Amino acid sequence: MLEIRDLHVTVNEKPILNGIDLKVRAGEVHAIMGPNGSGKSTLAHVLAGRDGYAVGKGSVEFDGRDLLALSPEERAWEGIFLAFQYPVELPGVGGMNFLKSALNAVRAHRGQPEFDAVEFLRLVRTKLKQLKMDDALLKRAVNVGFSGGEKKRNEVLQMAVLEPRLALLDETDSGLDIDALRVVADGINSLRSPDRAVVMITHYQRLLDLVVPDQVHVLAAGRIAQSGGKELALALEESGYGGIDTTVGAAGAPTPSAAI
Amino acid sequence: MTARPEALYLDDYANRKAALPGGKFSWVANLREEGIARFDALGFATPKHEEWKYTNLKPLVRTDFGAASSTVSDITQDCVAPHLLADAHCLVFVDGHLRPNLSRLVQIPADVRASDLAKLLETEPDLLEPHLGRVAQLDGQAPLALNTALMNGGAVVAVHGQVAEPIQLLFFTTAQDRPVATHLRNLLIAAPGSSATVLETHVSAGGGIYWTNAATEVSCAANSSLSHFKLQAESVDAFHLALTSIHLSAGARYQNFAMSHGARLSRNEIRVALTGEDGECQLNGVFLGRGRQHLDTTTMIDHQHAGSRSDQFYKGVLDDGAHGVFQGKIIVRPGAQRTNAHQLNKNLLLTPTAQMDSKPELEIHADDVKCGHGAAVGDLDAEGLFYLRARGLDETSARQMMIAAFIDELIANVTPDSARNHFSGSAAEFLDGDSSVAGQ
Repeated sequence: MLEIRDLHVTVNEKPILNGIDLKVRAGEVHAIMGPNGSGKSTLAHVLAGRDGYAVGKGSVEFDGRDLLALSPEERAWEGIFLAFQYPVELPGVGGMNFLKSALNAVRAHRGQPEFDAVEFLRLVRTKLKQLKMDDALLKRAVNVGFSGGEKKRNEVLQMAVLEPRLALLDETDSGLDIDALRVVADGINSLRSPDRAVVMITHYQRLLDLVVPDQVHVLAAGRIAQSGGKELALALEESGYGGIDTTVGAAGAPTPSAAI
Repeated sequence: MTARPEALYLDDYANRKAALPGGKFSWVANLREEGIARFDALGFATPKHEEWKYTNLKPLVRTDFGAASSTVSDITQDCVAPHLLADAHCLVFVDGHLRPNLSRLVQIPADVRASDLAKLLETEPDLLEPHLGRVAQLDGQAPLALNTALMNGGAVVAVHGQVAEPIQLLFFTTAQDRPVATHLRNLLIAAPGSSATVLETHVSAGGGIYWTNAATEVSCAANSSLSHFKLQAESVDAFHLALTSIHLSAGARYQNFAMSHGARLSRNEIRVALTGEDGECQLNGVFLGRGRQHLDTTTMIDHQHAGSRSDQFYKGVLDDGAHGVFQGKIIVRPGAQRTNAHQLNKNLLLTPTAQMDSKPELEIHADDVKCGHGAAVGDLDAEGLFYLRARGLDETSARQMMIAAFIDELIANVTPDSARNHFSGSAAEFLDGDSSVAGQ
């Protein structure tokens, strides 16, 4: 489904990703871990199409298409969803209107009829019930004045409603209490299916206890330094990232200057 | 030597004054004479005048505007209906003249008097005399002075009780074969303890070059409450200069919301005199411009008495090469202690070529006051746009959603629903027609 080959990315001419290779198949759940500043969020943003990231080398294919050639909205239409680490506040944009507009934009581009108000409400109520959330958040402006936990729940609700084929979660579990963490985990688990995939960026094993990954990758200095099964995360929990070679030149990777 | 641009209007007045309504009453004739003399003395303002520094009237001054023809244009109910509020009492003016057959006044309550200024100047001048020309001050206001000389139509609304339904004044301008000026004069009178909502709508049929020179005098007696809304959606080639002067007595509440997105050049000027304890005014507005539109909002709040409050919030959205102006002056007179005055102006510039001049001016002559002002200019939030696009909204829709949210903060305060929808619908129509909202 997603194939990243030798991806090099700079931000303001500073190399951040230095040759990422990652393959995610339909039905799989991947976890990406790694120290702060290793490039995890950059990878998520590049996949979602955010401005300000220069791809110097490498490619990203999504279902065989060149993902990097698509605008952010085209990626959403293709089924990519990024749960933001810092969800953006949109003063004056009502939660219901926002979610309905997003859903209908995505449906329209998938050749599905738009939902009217009644159909939309029915769908949202079902999703809210599944996630054990109430509709209070949707009656307010998007993310405005939300607590950290409310913002993350709101991301999960959007994900549940939009039903992406590839969900990218950027530290969606950070700063959550145990109840909110369970909501996030339930949201991810309810999305799991043979034709969908999930990539979770996380610092914590506690999410991986609730959403068991098929593969765990450690990102360090802009490269995937190590990959393994779910036991890799447990080992990291024990020993930290100390055992991982985080130098840029490791494993024969080109130096940053050569990569640009 | 070429003639002064004012000469055209001086001649126009000289030729028509005998036929202008109310001429048989000396106070009316004197008011007109005073107006034309003042206009002659002042002349049109140039950018050298501080109050007109950012709004250059040259394109208006260069155009020869004649009087509207008296032939009745063939405006039908169908042309008017889309602009009327379903639940309002409506006075419909076409080219400045009241058209009773298009108006809707059957259900109007007994404690409201809604009529045509031109008619009342002939038949009931005593009703007008205490107010007309008394609220608006002629100093420095050439367009108002000219209006005072040439006024021959507009609405008079006098409210005595509590009126629930909005009273709508629809000003419709039709296309003519030459540039035409309409000197609208409105009078809104709120009796002690009364309350009402008045909505002005300025639209055109068929576009064309014309000049709406509107002057509105508002007199709110003690403990009255008036909500006064205005939609300026004139033809894109038109000029719209409007001066609304408001006199608030003790305990009076006045709320104004103005949306402007029409006309090539427009100025919406509001002057409020708070003359009693516990008077309060709230002025809000939204201006939307694109192309080469020039949209000026100028306010002057005069706190003359202790214990009065004013609050202003204006938002501008400027696209292409549009130019917005906000000038907000607050005066706190000696002795006007416990004044509470606040002013805010926020603007979105959607292109590098759009321009905004925002000028607050506080003149405070009392020491126990709370006054604040703020102004901001920025582009749409890039983070917000990305968030919306990442959820599947295309760039145009994302921008429109954020612009709508920006102005909705102020539109949301408008009641009743019918009036609020009148504004949000008109804004949406304007923004939908704007191809460059999608970015450069």
